[in-house]
Amino acid sequence: MFREDIAALSTPPGEGGIGIIRVSGKGIIDKISKIFIPFSAQEIGQRRGFSLNLGWIIDDDGSKVDEVLLGIMRAPHSYTGEDVIEINCHGGSMPIRRCLQRCLDVGIKLAEPGEFTKRAYLNGRLDLTQAEAVIDIIRAKTDRGLKLAVQQLEGPSHFIAEIEDQLLRVNAMLEASLDFPEEVGDLDYAETKAILLTIKKLMDKLIRAGQRSEIYRDGLKAVICGKPNVGKSSLLNALVKKEKAIVTEIPGTTRDVVEDYINIRGIPVRIMDTAGIRQTEDIVEKIGVEKTREVIEQADLILFVLDAGTGIDKEDMDIFQEVDQSRLIVMVNKEDLERKEISEEKLAELFRDIPVIRASVQKSIGIEALEEAVESRVIQGMLPGDGMEIMINLRQKNALIRSREQVESALITLGQVPLDCLGVDIGGALETMGEISGRTLKDEVIDRIFHDFCIGK
Amino acid sequence: MNYEAGKYDVVVIGAGHAGCEAALASARMGCSTLLVTLSVENIALMPCNPSIGGPAKAQLVREIDALGGEMGINIDKANIQIRLINTGKGPAVQSLRAQADKHEYGREMIKTILGQKGLHLLMAEVEEIETVDEKVNAIVTRTGARYQCQNVVITTGTYLKGRIIAGEVMYDGGPGNQFPAVKLADSLRAMGIRLGRFKTGTPPRVDRKSVNFSKTIEMPGDIQPWRFSYISPQPVREQLSCWLTHSTPETHRIVMDNIERAPLFTGVIKGKGPRYCPSFEDKVVRFAHKSSHQLFIEPEGRDTDEMYIQGLNTSLPEDVQVQVLHSIPGMEEVRMIRTGYAIEYDYVIPSQAKLSLESKMVEGLFTAGQINGTSGYEEAAAQGLIAGINAALKVQAREPFILKRSEAYIGVMIDDLITKESDEPYRLLTSRAEYRLLLRQDNADLRLTEKGRQIGLVDDFRWAIFTEKKKSLAEGTHLLHKTTFTPADKDVDKYLTSKEGAPLRDKTSLWEMLRRTEVKIEDYLNQGWLPPFQPEILEQMEIQAKYEGYINKQQEQVQRFERMESKRIPEDIDYNQVYSLSNESVQRLNEIRPQSLGHASRIAGVSPADINILLIYLAKRRN
Ligand SMILES: Cc1cc2nc3c(=O)[nH]c(=O)nc-3n(C[C@H](O)[C@H](O)[C@H](O)COP(=O)(O)OP(=O)(O)OC[C@H]3O[C@@H](n4cnc5c(N)ncnc54)[C@H](O)[C@@H]3O)c2cc1C
Ligand SMILES: Nc1nc2c(ncn2[C@@H]2O[C@H](COP(=O)(O)OP(=O)(O)OP(=O)(O)O)[C@@H](O)[C@H]2O)c(=O)[nH]1
Ligand SMILES: [Mg+2]
Repeated sequence: MFREDIAALSTPPGEGGIGIIRVSGKGIIDKISKIFIPFSAQEIGQRRGFSLNLGWIIDDDGSKVDEVLLGIMRAPHSYTGEDVIEINCHGGSMPIRRCLQRCLDVGIKLAEPGEFTKRAYLNGRLDLTQAEAVIDIIRAKTDRGLKLAVQQLEGPSHFIAEIEDQLLRVNAMLEASLDFPEEVGDLDYAETKAILLTIKKLMDKLIRAGQRSEIYRDGLKAVICGKPNVGKSSLLNALVKKEKAIVTEIPGTTRDVVEDYINIRGIPVRIMDTAGIRQTEDIVEKIGVEKTREVIEQADLILFVLDAGTGIDKEDMDIFQEVDQSRLIVMVNKEDLERKEISEEKLAELFRDIPVIRASVQKSIGIEALEEAVESRVIQGMLPGDGMEIMINLRQKNALIRSREQVESALITLGQVPLDCLGVDIGGALETMGEISGRTLKDEVIDRIFHDFCIGK
Repeated sequence: MNYEAGKYDVVVIGAGHAGCEAALASARMGCSTLLVTLSVENIALMPCNPSIGGPAKAQLVREIDALGGEMGINIDKANIQIRLINTGKGPAVQSLRAQADKHEYGREMIKTILGQKGLHLLMAEVEEIETVDEKVNAIVTRTGARYQCQNVVITTGTYLKGRIIAGEVMYDGGPGNQFPAVKLADSLRAMGIRLGRFKTGTPPRVDRKSVNFSKTIEMPGDIQPWRFSYISPQPVREQLSCWLTHSTPETHRIVMDNIERAPLFTGVIKGKGPRYCPSFEDKVVRFAHKSSHQLFIEPEGRDTDEMYIQGLNTSLPEDVQVQVLHSIPGMEEVRMIRTGYAIEYDYVIPSQAKLSLESKMVEGLFTAGQINGTSGYEEAAAQGLIAGINAALKVQAREPFILKRSEAYIGVMIDDLITKESDEPYRLLTSRAEYRLLLRQDNADLRLTEKGRQIGLVDDFRWAIFTEKKKSLAEGTHLLHKTTFTPADKDVDKYLTSKEGAPLRDKTSLWEMLRRTEVKIEDYLNQGWLPPFQPEILEQMEIQAKYEGYINKQQEQVQRFERMESKRIPEDIDYNQVYSLSNESVQRLNEIRPQSLGHASRIAGVSPADINILLIYLAKRRN
């Protein structure tokens, strides 16, 4: 009865830990087997109903996204009455979202609110007497969802409105030239192209802002790094406000990644302390250093700690050269020491556009400045200067991405295909945009034609 | 005193473009049919522009033709010029447009009507429709004739309570100084049918002999002979020209100086007019920055000197109209034959009808054409055809004939009319169709002839032409797929180089090669790669091959659309009983009474949540 395969998070995304992605539909076993590599030799397609399978969800380049436990329930013995797969993810909220994204990548659609329940009912899996309760759920979820979405859109609404407006304009130009050739004449290609480019730019901006709003929802991955003994573990402990990591005066104390969750001014942060980076022959420490590098690679934010007592030496500089400077915050620790080896001039010269904080973890100095730096890095730093305080959810982001694809396709085919074919993409982009605000924008094109053009013979 | 005058299966009121199609369809389907009209001389009258076709409208005419209607055949007999417009903009929007010879158009239609077996013509004004138990029972004319009938198609155009306005002059009347129909409107109201009021207008006509054509630009017809109907003989007639001129700043000054005498701005005209057909004074006011508007001078026929001024539709006072005309290049000394005017009229709010165009309230009562709040000859004819077919099907106790939005512009139009409330006269546009690339004028026969045959309107002659075309198309398509070339073929290489195209990379069929913009199907004939075919077949194959990607894309969209369309809503559903529907939805659903879930989803005010709820309710009902 339903042709589309659907997926959704069935645990609220939140404080890390386990999350479940539920997938339902006729074609899901084939689709999921494209992104799942089981530990056992048996492909999931060969597994019977009610089986559990340990394995990896993999990215399109084959790299691992998360280790998961996959539960398979075959139709009709499942909640929805269709084939259902439940993906139990372990790696916290970021991997869960990545796994969900992978499901979408292979052609599974994001479920509507209440859609699993609806399918369950329609496929006869729910008791008839439950029907009305189900309807209440759908009503509430869809309407509230819509309202929430609209409320959420208050922030970016003028951006969305601007995109809609430009899309309407370009659609009206095209349609007017098709329906009223004698009054309107040919389409102005240069203007069309300029409008499409404007639309694309606005969409790019919103989609990027959407990525940032994911950080707000799902947390920022921040890593503390630096050479040994600069006070990394001390900083972690200060931030999480407990003795999470071992602190000693012996360089090379920390050997593995120690992590915890904290909240910095409303931003959930997954903070990680790492082994100090240095050349070493110690096998355990060596593995630790390797792991540090890996973690730095994936981090959204890097807190690079220096030691005011030792000054900036070659070890520090090696690390500095190695990491991505656009994600960096520099913290000069141990400011309480008498003998300081790091001058203002030196800092200014080395870290020109990078925020630098002078601190003493022991004396609780500079922690607040650090929090401020983290926050401003998220709000402005990652998207220099666009100033968009925007929350868009995954559904909205997906609609934007699909709409942008159509705008891009129109840009490519502009001038290459006849106007009626161009209309398939330009009109499609408008319709997809309408999904965000729940409006049928197509109906507004005709009004727009009469507004913008002098029609009528 | 009324008298019993006879009994018919179907009575059609009005012999405009809608009425003629309705009556012919009903009679051709074997129903005894009476066509009643105010004036036999004015059958199939074009009260406004002498033209048929254009974007979306040409597609309609082709669809009417494919189903066995008359408009395409009639305009092929009675035109002075046919052109293909929008040629560079793609196959979906290319459309024919004909300048009609108005008098010949009417004469040819009268001949067809009088020659039609089973169809009787009557000149009279229908004043009343009698009902029993909310079913049509009879009609009564002003002169007291009572005709029994179970099915009536009303196609009275702009005549219901028609009111003519030109400046300060106002009187009750139909178009072209005919009588208005007043009593019939009251009879409809008495049945509980809701009426609205619209307005439209027409420009002045001038005498050809007084036009100075040297100051205008001549617009000849196409050399290539076009035809609307798939079964008309190849046209051989001489094409007459139209002429292009424009308004001047002086024209606009005259309009503005007299604007306080314009009924549109004094509040005299209350009915809403169409935005796509604004009056000239409206254009001058709304687009004040434009110092000039295009105006076309078009002959009204071969045997008349009356010329129509396209673009100058107005209800300004007559003395101002004369001044306006004289300020236009080429018309400095023009003599006006007819004054332009606006007409206000009653229409039936179309959401009261079903998709079959039968009233939801009164069984056997069909409405079609301008009375349904549309405008345009083609829109009227298409509705007339559908209403006539459905009246006849009802007589024969067969299922109603309904075209989907994905099948025909006719489907788009009727679905829009019934679903979406419009506060201006409705005109079809290609942008109203979601699946425009599938609904082309070149493939209307492929889309609809088989349906017309099933209904019983496609005769053996048309059917033979159609089956021959289909056979030939299949052969040609097969050849294009079967014939392949490799990069080693010298001929192809030479050909592609001459077209500045890239050489072949792999084995490629003629069909695949057609996708290239530089490759034309005629070249295949010249190269001897394809045997000769009829031009229509070649065109069809070329379009199908060139736009295959886009066409397939739209076909996928149609499949998704049709899934929701096929979820029928039973007629006896009680929306008040459906748990948790929003109040607004219940009200709108009760008004429109959609026939499928897809239909319901297009109603303004019905949310996606409501559709989900209906889906569940229907599933529950089935269990
Ligand atoms: C002034 C004017 C300007 C227009 N301008 C435009 C325009 O610019 N563009 C455009 O697309 N369209 C225009 N139209 C509309 C176009 O003419 C109509 O849409 C089309 O003709 C409608 O066809 P119809 O069959 O519905 O009605 P009509 O062609 O109007 O036919 C109505 C028929 O009903 C008959 N009739 C009426 N009442 C009775 C009765 N009680 N008993 C018996 N017979 C009756 C009449 O005799 C007539 O034959 C204009 C119309 C008018 C009048
Ligand atoms: N004076 C002073 N000493 C500090 C400060 N912060 C940390 N220390 C000391 O520096 C030493 C190293 O601290 P850690 O936090 O273990 O350093 P680390 O960077 O984690 O070291 P490794 O794990 O070995 O790489 C400890 O003796 C701390 O007490 C500070 O702000 N001022
Ligand atoms: Mg440490």
